[in-house]
Amino acid sequence: MKSFTQVTGLVAPMDRANVDTDMIIPKQFLKSIKRTGFGKNLFDELRYLDEGQPDQDCSHRPLNPNFPLNQRRYQGSTVLLARANFGCGSSREHAPWALEDFGFRCVIAPSFADIFYNNCFKNGLLPVVLPEPVVEKLFQQLYANDGYQLTVDLEAQAVTTPDGEVFTFEVDDFRKHCLLKGLDDIGLTLEQADAIKAYEAKRRQEAPWLFDAVKAETAKR
Amino acid sequence: MSARTLYDKLWDSHVVQQRDDGSALIYIDRHIIHEVTSPQAFEGLRLAGRKPWRVDSILATPDHNVPTTQKERASGVAGIEDPVSLIQVQTLDDNCDAYGIVEFKINDARQGIVHIIGPETGACLPGMTVVCGDSHTATNGALGALAHGIGTSEVEHVLATQCLVSKKMKNMLVEVNGTLGVGVTPKDVILAIIGKIGTAGANGHALEFGGDVFRNMSMEGRMTVCNMAIEAGARAGMVAVDDTTIDYVRGRMFAPKGEDWEKAVASWQDLHSDPGAVFDKVVTLRAEDIEPQVSWGTSPEMVGPVGAKVPDPAAESDPAKRESMVRALEYMGLKAGQPIESIKLDRVFIGSCTNARIEDMRAAAQVVKGRRKADSVKEAMVVPGSGAVKAQAEAEGLDKIFLDAGLEWREPGCSMCLAMNADKLGAGEHCASTSNRNFEGRQGYGGRTHLVSPAMAAAAAIAGHFVDVRDFVEGGQA
Repeated sequence: MKSFTQVTGLVAPMDRANVDTDMIIPKQFLKSIKRTGFGKNLFDELRYLDEGQPDQDCSHRPLNPNFPLNQRRYQGSTVLLARANFGCGSSREHAPWALEDFGFRCVIAPSFADIFYNNCFKNGLLPVVLPEPVVEKLFQQLYANDGYQLTVDLEAQAVTTPDGEVFTFEVDDFRKHCLLKGLDDIGLTLEQADAIKAYEAKRRQEAPWLFDAVKAETAKR
Repeated sequence: MSARTLYDKLWDSHVVQQRDDGSALIYIDRHIIHEVTSPQAFEGLRLAGRKPWRVDSILATPDHNVPTTQKERASGVAGIEDPVSLIQVQTLDDNCDAYGIVEFKINDARQGIVHIIGPETGACLPGMTVVCGDSHTATNGALGALAHGIGTSEVEHVLATQCLVSKKMKNMLVEVNGTLGVGVTPKDVILAIIGKIGTAGANGHALEFGGDVFRNMSMEGRMTVCNMAIEAGARAGMVAVDDTTIDYVRGRMFAPKGEDWEKAVASWQDLHSDPGAVFDKVVTLRAEDIEPQVSWGTSPEMVGPVGAKVPDPAAESDPAKRESMVRALEYMGLKAGQPIESIKLDRVFIGSCTNARIEDMRAAAQVVKGRRKADSVKEAMVVPGSGAVKAQAEAEGLDKIFLDAGLEWREPGCSMCLAMNADKLGAGEHCASTSNRNFEGRQGYGGRTHLVSPAMAAAAAIAGHFVDVRDFVEGGQA
């Protein structure tokens, strides 16, 4: 798993609430069997003026000049500033894959949808929850200042503005630990294989119908 | 032990290991996989030199990409015209074959939408933990199970370890008491709930549906309700086990048999929230207040009764909501104050994991029987949720009713709910859809989705615009 420690970078705005994962990466791009290459289709329907197709060269497609990611001042952004309930809808992990592939390392919002929030941590993308008034303040600062940057520090659980103002955020210890170190969480779980086997043996005894039925019944028919 | 909620009980019985920071290792009983969110998980597994922990816990089927016309389905995977979709479906077959995973392949009579075939085959049972790389996995919560969607990294995690690292959610109860009016369906109930609490209303919570309305609802109705828990922000939705649940499960292909059945039923008796169990959040609705619903915007919370008018953003006090409404009306091509019934439809879609079970097919057929689709509606398709639903509908003659009315009768799959196959809306087209999401572009680039019940979609197909199905059925053709 990719690690995240600290990032200082340009901030781009995604100034609408309830941004869904269909908007982050539309369905036609989910046909890929790879984990990479989704960045060029991030926010495809907002970013381009035509309908995107899988495996298409996007360099000649007409861009929507009103979309922030197409504007000069936001080129090279690594932090996305967003509104409430970011990442709602479909569980597609292609959404964090697209954000990460595009170059974002961190998304800041007043709230996230649960599955999206979870998926981010698996991909070195840090979702940061800050209170609504703080996010509003950051939006105002961002719009008022070209080249606006933020520093996001996971170890310190802090976001620092160019004026030196610091906002702290919450994150689960285990997720923080895995993300800081870039740990393989499957490997960590497999260290508990004995506990899993013990649980499984007990469950098989108490509820044998939970085991083998799909394989056994299908073999009969 | 103190009074516990249904969710507390399901959680407690699956904890393999509790951690100090509040997270836990949770055991997964059933893992359902499909072609879109699994290929990268299998690739990860192979790259790390790992194998699936328990193959017999997995059931696979392709659903998102599969074509729904008989012509394209006739030659199986090889017949899929879109080469990118073909590779994805073939990859699922290859992965399942390689590891010995049971898969209902494209033209297997048991193939269908993952969330339809889980309960239908008895692969998903009360008291289980069920996961799938798809947010509508909550459907299975109708069985009194803890079921939720996961991302692809978690699909890989469950494949490799049979566990998830998870943090317990909060408890939320939505209670609906009273008696639903004639023509008011489970879909209307869940849309009304989402309209009330919003798409983030249940974020961070496991959502239990309680009250007379759900007690008196069929299993398939409960599945429709739990299916859309995610549209209210909850990863998991659930309904307590009762006789309706047990009657539904009895005799299904993978359900316990003989002595195991008796033991299983006995163990399921406790799958309800105890009297006095504490919920972090409680919302109540009156059944009598719920009318047939139609969504008018680009989020499932933008919904209202069919007899209402499209709301005016100027009347909204919250500036963020106002702005979303303005944007939604622009995208949808609607005017504030316009009656919902004046919205003309270009297409109608009856299907999806929300509404493609046999009761949904019957409800739609009852409305269109002996009538004809409006000429102004370019296409109205009925897509059964599984091979079993299709066979049952055909045995009852429902396919004939649809065809006689000018609707299309298709092969099972996700189809136009998310338009990964050829079934999609054109730009600017309005669609009465029994699916679950009306997001921008969801059913096709520039498409305009209105979420409704199967009966309301069927009535709209006949009338060519939205009509109150209650008038329609009682008063003859509108």
